[in-house]
Amino acid sequence: MNYLTLSLTLIFVVIPLILSKTLKLGMEKDTIIAAVRSIIQLLAVGYVLQFVFESESMIYILLMIILMITAATHNAQRKGASIKGIIWKLVATFVFIEALTQGILLGLNITPATAQYIIPISGMVIGNSMVLSILFLNRFTGELNNQEEQTELILSLGGTPKQAVYRQLITSIKASTIPTIESQKTIGLVQLPGMMSGQIIAGADPVQAVMFQLLILFLLLTTAVVTSILLGYLSYPTLFNDRMQFLDNHLENDN
Amino acid sequence: MSSTENIAIKFEKVNFSDEGLHILKNITGSFPEGKITTLVGPSGAGKSTLFKLCNGLKSPDSGDIYVLNQHIKNYNPIELRRTVGIALQSATMIKGNVYDNLNLPLDLQNQELSEDRGKELLKLVGLPEDYLYRNTKDLSGGQRQKLSIARTLVNQPEILLLDEITSSLDRVSQEDIEKLIKRINETYRTTIIWITHNLKQALDVGQYTWVMMEGQVIETGPSDILNHPQNEDVQRFVKGEAE
Repeated sequence: MNYLTLSLTLIFVVIPLILSKTLKLGMEKDTIIAAVRSIIQLLAVGYVLQFVFESESMIYILLMIILMITAATHNAQRKGASIKGIIWKLVATFVFIEALTQGILLGLNITPATAQYIIPISGMVIGNSMVLSILFLNRFTGELNNQEEQTELILSLGGTPKQAVYRQLITSIKASTIPTIESQKTIGLVQLPGMMSGQIIAGADPVQAVMFQLLILFLLLTTAVVTSILLGYLSYPTLFNDRMQFLDNHLENDN
Repeated sequence: MSSTENIAIKFEKVNFSDEGLHILKNITGSFPEGKITTLVGPSGAGKSTLFKLCNGLKSPDSGDIYVLNQHIKNYNPIELRRTVGIALQSATMIKGNVYDNLNLPLDLQNQELSEDRGKELLKLVGLPEDYLYRNTKDLSGGQRQKLSIARTLVNQPEILLLDEITSSLDRVSQEDIEKLIKRINETYRTTIIWITHNLKQALDVGQYTWVMMEGQVIETGPSDILNHPQNEDVQRFVKGEAE
């Protein structure tokens, strides 16, 4: 694809603009901002990736991963701002999941240790982990707020902090990971996953594309479950003090 | 309170604030051991907060609290909460049946309540034994309060704190609970401290009473003081509540 054909695809931006204007939906400004941002951001990433791939330097790969983790942390921390030290808990979660998945992939020679593989896979893993973190934190703070009486009941009967929030923790872990598991059950039947579609369009063998997609799906399963559990177990102790008292003021203004 | 009686809980200049509000102001006094003491006073007087300090769900900003002659700070929080049991006004239940709720205090210690002990507790609080496997959703307000008390008793607390447990109940259920409180006190010699809005209950069931207003203890003594309060505010409160 060249820039001329790419510019023709702007027709797909013009269609919603015309519709929005005609039907007075008031979405023109947001549509234009979204289109311009995606052009700038993606082209910038494209050039950066081109540079990183050509340089074949591990330092640039590492820098890219640090950038991804920083952006993911910034995005996710707003949902858990009420939990003390949430930034470092998110960083620890993303670093752990990245090290775990790349450790297995590279350690067992499943994928080659090149930027072409490490960066896109890291992007998918960290991106997915970020979405899971947001889902988990949203649900967990909600559960804690709604079930405050139950937390108090268990503490009052001589339960430990972990016992006091165990049900809320498990509910939130399950609720945040279910979408990943459920979506994988129907994958391929309703829509082809983006990465696989991209590979097929770029001319790859469909079976090879499927095999890579399966690799990603399995990675995302681990990512989903490990992210929720790790973040949950890192977060709940900060909700209590050393006298095992529930610091309910840590849950206010969580949105 | 005569000097020969032992003290269950003692407060010395206890202060507590939350979110900038000074809720408990310089509380000094004690609850006698093995007796029923009622805690009366208008809403917002700090009675429920005082309970949370007693079983360590909150800590005072300043002052000292002694439970059974030991400073509260010297207790492990879990041990304290099992020694000073609390039945909350909300009678919160966990999902499941009556047995699941009765078993909860033991389940937290990786132990299991025997069916016989479960039935024994139901009998004590005046619930039919065949309710053991009934879903708690099917219980009335009064039955939930009784179950909540029975659940607190599983830990065999030496001190039992009851927070407005009869306020939303009808007269018959209230009388049931009053009898139950006396029965627990007589059977186990448990020290009972009971927050109630009902001054008749305080006079009929309680042996001692504390009157609290705006975070302060105004009057304490045998329940009879409610018949002849010294303080003008208490006189107005007693008159208002009695009407």
